Amino acid sequence: MKKAQTMDKKVKDIIKKYYGDKTAMIAILQDVQEEFRYLPKETLSFISKKMDVPLTRIYEIATFYNAFSLKPRGKHTIEVCLGTACHVQGASRLIDRLERDLSISSGDTTKDKMFTLEEVRCLGCCSLAPVIRISGNVHPYLTQDELPKILRNYK
Amino acid sequence: MVSFVIDGKNVQAEGGAMLLNVARQNGIVIPTLCAHDTVARSGACRLCVVEVTKGKRTRIVTSCLYPVDEGIVVSTKTERVMNVRSLVMQLLMARCPESQLLKDMAKEMGIEPQPSFRVETDKGKCILCRLCVKTCEDVVGVSAIGLSRRGKDKIVGPPFMEDSVTCVGCGACAYVCPTDHIVMESTDGRRKIWGRAFRMKACDTCGRYFAPVDQLKWISKKTGTPLSELSVCLSCK
Amino acid sequence: MSTIKTLEDLNKAAKRGLESIIPSKTKIMVGMSTSGLASGAQEVYDALAAEIKKRKLDVVLCKTSAMGMDCIEPLVEVIQPNRPRLAYSRMTAKKVPEVINQVAKGVVDGFKPTYRMDEEDYLCLNEKKPYFKGPLPNDVKDIPTISNVDFYKKQVKIATRNCGMINFESIDEYVAKGGYFSLYKALTQMKPEQIIDEIIASGLRGRGGGGFPAGVKWQTCRRAHGDIKYVLCNGDEGDPGAYMDRSVMEGDPHSIIEGMIIGAFAIGATDGFIYVRNEYPLAVANLQRALDQARAYGFLGNNIFNSGFNFDIKIGKGAGAFVCGESTALMTSLEGKAGEPRAKYIHTVEYGLWNRPSNLNNVETWANVPAIISRGAKWFSSIGCKNNSGTKVFSLVGKVNNIGLVEVPMGIPLKDIIYEIGGGIPGGKKFKAVQTGGPSGGCIPKSLEDISVDFDALWEAGSMMGSGGMIVMDETTCMVDIARYFIDFLEFESCGKCVPCREGVMRMNEILHDICGGKGRPGDIELLESMSKGIVDGALCALGSTAPNPVLSTLKYFRDEYTAHVRDKKCPAGVCKALIRFSVSDEKCTGCGVCLKKCPTECISGEKKKTHVIDQTECIKCGVCKESCKFDAIIVE
Repeated sequence: MKKAQTMDKKVKDIIKKYYGDKTAMIAILQDVQEEFRYLPKETLSFISKKMDVPLTRIYEIATFYNAFSLKPRGKHTIEVCLGTACHVQGASRLIDRLERDLSISSGDTTKDKMFTLEEVRCLGCCSLAPVIRISGNVHPYLTQDELPKILRNYK
Repeated sequence: MVSFVIDGKNVQAEGGAMLLNVARQNGIVIPTLCAHDTVARSGACRLCVVEVTKGKRTRIVTSCLYPVDEGIVVSTKTERVMNVRSLVMQLLMARCPESQLLKDMAKEMGIEPQPSFRVETDKGKCILCRLCVKTCEDVVGVSAIGLSRRGKDKIVGPPFMEDSVTCVGCGACAYVCPTDHIVMESTDGRRKIWGRAFRMKACDTCGRYFAPVDQLKWISKKTGTPLSELSVCLSCK
Repeated sequence: MSTIKTLEDLNKAAKRGLESIIPSKTKIMVGMSTSGLASGAQEVYDALAAEIKKRKLDVVLCKTSAMGMDCIEPLVEVIQPNRPRLAYSRMTAKKVPEVINQVAKGVVDGFKPTYRMDEEDYLCLNEKKPYFKGPLPNDVKDIPTISNVDFYKKQVKIATRNCGMINFESIDEYVAKGGYFSLYKALTQMKPEQIIDEIIASGLRGRGGGGFPAGVKWQTCRRAHGDIKYVLCNGDEGDPGAYMDRSVMEGDPHSIIEGMIIGAFAIGATDGFIYVRNEYPLAVANLQRALDQARAYGFLGNNIFNSGFNFDIKIGKGAGAFVCGESTALMTSLEGKAGEPRAKYIHTVEYGLWNRPSNLNNVETWANVPAIISRGAKWFSSIGCKNNSGTKVFSLVGKVNNIGLVEVPMGIPLKDIIYEIGGGIPGGKKFKAVQTGGPSGGCIPKSLEDISVDFDALWEAGSMMGSGGMIVMDETTCMVDIARYFIDFLEFESCGKCVPCREGVMRMNEILHDICGGKGRPGDIELLESMSKGIVDGALCALGSTAPNPVLSTLKYFRDEYTAHVRDKKCPAGVCKALIRFSVSDEKCTGCGVCLKKCPTECISGEKKKTHVIDQTECIKCGVCKESCKFDAIIVE
């Protein structure tokens, strides 16, 4: 099967899982994003046609919520928590360091497509501040010094 | 019917009627930018705020969305009200420094631009009143343009800011835009809007270009009227 | 699992649950909430499993959530027949064999548990069950009981009654703690109006921040016209620095579900939704499991407890938007759209989700409901202070020694939370302020540390209860930076619908960035104040109208810090990069060379054992030198 066809098939299955319910659009987009690690443009147009929802509406949702990305992401997403507890414990120094070490700005993906760096507003792990989350794993009580070693483990 | 007071004047109105409409019917001018008769109101611009006392509680409300009620006392020009309006105008003027409408309105209201606000250069004249989006969705029914992103990055346009495939070139968005942000250029037989060019249909009777072909197709599809019956302009009908 | 229709069925489930809470053999529990897992609880769990298998011990190993004191996690607890429950803190895989040794012998020697529990509270049953009969074993006598641990001494647990006490995967254990008995009582012995009266009499106020009386809201929704009504749970805990609701959703999901079913019956609702934020995957998983279990038992579905009442609950997942914690935005998001708020001059209890009457309460509010129904309004209102019944859960975080989740009676003095429960400020630094209420709240300065922590007193002080984040700040926290932080947060999270919030907060952020960046101008402070007024009055939703609060409250109590930034171009707390410089103390520097090696721009120079020097032109003020200096020789001024 061609790549586009498998993509359509996967999206079709996701829509089916929610019985094509238009009110489940956010959940559908979440599943699509989980499948492809981002929301490919073609999938949005496909969903629009299949579910008879204007593309403008889907695009609005896809750009409104933080969780969605229209750009391909790296293998690992590094989420630097900028919650208040992390902020007062120096989270901005972590983001500065990561930007420097990875040579990318927050929101971008490294050239080798390994890491996408993101700022998030509170992971709810305030007691472990400052924290970052890489591919779902929370790393607690960090200092900027520990970052290079942690990243090496994901390569 | 309910009775209440607005700027010291006793008025009567249908219960549940919107305060802005009742005020206007009674000759009271309240400035607005995002309220339009053809589409549902959003309360986005906040210029139509007034002060309402209901029972013990006094608060600022947007008159365009506030249903009138028995015994309320409304003041449309208090210091609090004016403070909100002046902030809104100053913020919008910094966003859209080119807008003549905003300049004129501010002059009438006696509001000067706030020199501490940096002037934006990339927002054009769009104040995000969303009248165009609602018109496209609810009146025209094609949803060719929409809102996207969030907060200060919010923007109006077709998805992915690319040429819209669903746009029929009707230009309703441009007509409804209060600040003339949306540019529509019509030259002989062609209309350009949202980056796309549309072929215009010439009236079978008078020969004047009167509507984009895509729009006529859309009307035909929507109403079931054969396209052939849509080949004459309104004045020749 | 067969459905439960009668009291007899329920009692049977409770019996099963009790056998698994306190089994006749040894049981080891590991705290596996998000915080526990982040501290390494999974490794500890795996090591325990391996060790138990290796030694062929007949031991039950199970998961629980966090009890609150997150700073001592991973936590492993051991329950053995006729011994008190023992809690081993800061566990590692390495320490596992030693703990298992103690378990095998049934005696504590060597590595000591942090505290013990002699009995367990069954709040909804109004009962305490001892872990052992007879005298206290000698080997545990000098281990303090939990009620003697500073962190827990003044706490009263209602909403978090089961967190860390039961296995969140077991509905039977929840039932054994008195769970779903309140539902049975409500559905079979009470009329909807009676339930509402009870909630009104209890004085329960919405724990999501507004503090609106929950019972009154229920009543209005019950009276609203419409065949279809909804009860909703706000689990979109977006306030940065707050994670109370996450803990309840992860650790005791059934308490929320039971509360919602009772509420739905009282209101006459047919469907329920729990809106959970995207950042909480474990909460979603645990809630989903709990919903499936409740459905299998017949607590959800048709004809619950043969009462003729039908009700079910679905989970709606957020996708990362703080504004969706606002009631109308939450409902718009549940409808599958971009979560923009709408004007609510007609309240959502009349026109809410899909324009139908909808009653929204937050996680903690719902979790209180079963306890109120079982113990009564009188009991609940006896806890707390005037007009503020019951307890409030706070996440006590920031610059404080004991970090974690605390549930305290309303009206407790703030200083008790900071100094007694929290154990004061680390590193001998001075307490400066507490930030409560998240981005909508404000800062309470040290001078008000005697303040009663309740809805009304915090509001009067220019802050608010909010959902319960309590961030402690010390002398090294810059209050202008904190205000900038929150305004920056709100600028990012503003939905962009209305002008005052979208444009106004952005302008305030610009001004604050300038002030922190050493570019403050005379008149900036006054402009911030006048803009704040306009935004408070003019914004469409609660996010916007409370957005200026962090600025207003820091200006109220720390105006001198603003002046120092604007006029003197100084950051007294040493935080704002543009206004500080790093240098090396001649007195303290030992010339060890650590900072020199760590400096990313190689701007530190100096010979071994001689005072090092920082080249100011190259210094990017990253602070790594200060973090790595063991001799406190880096001066920030």
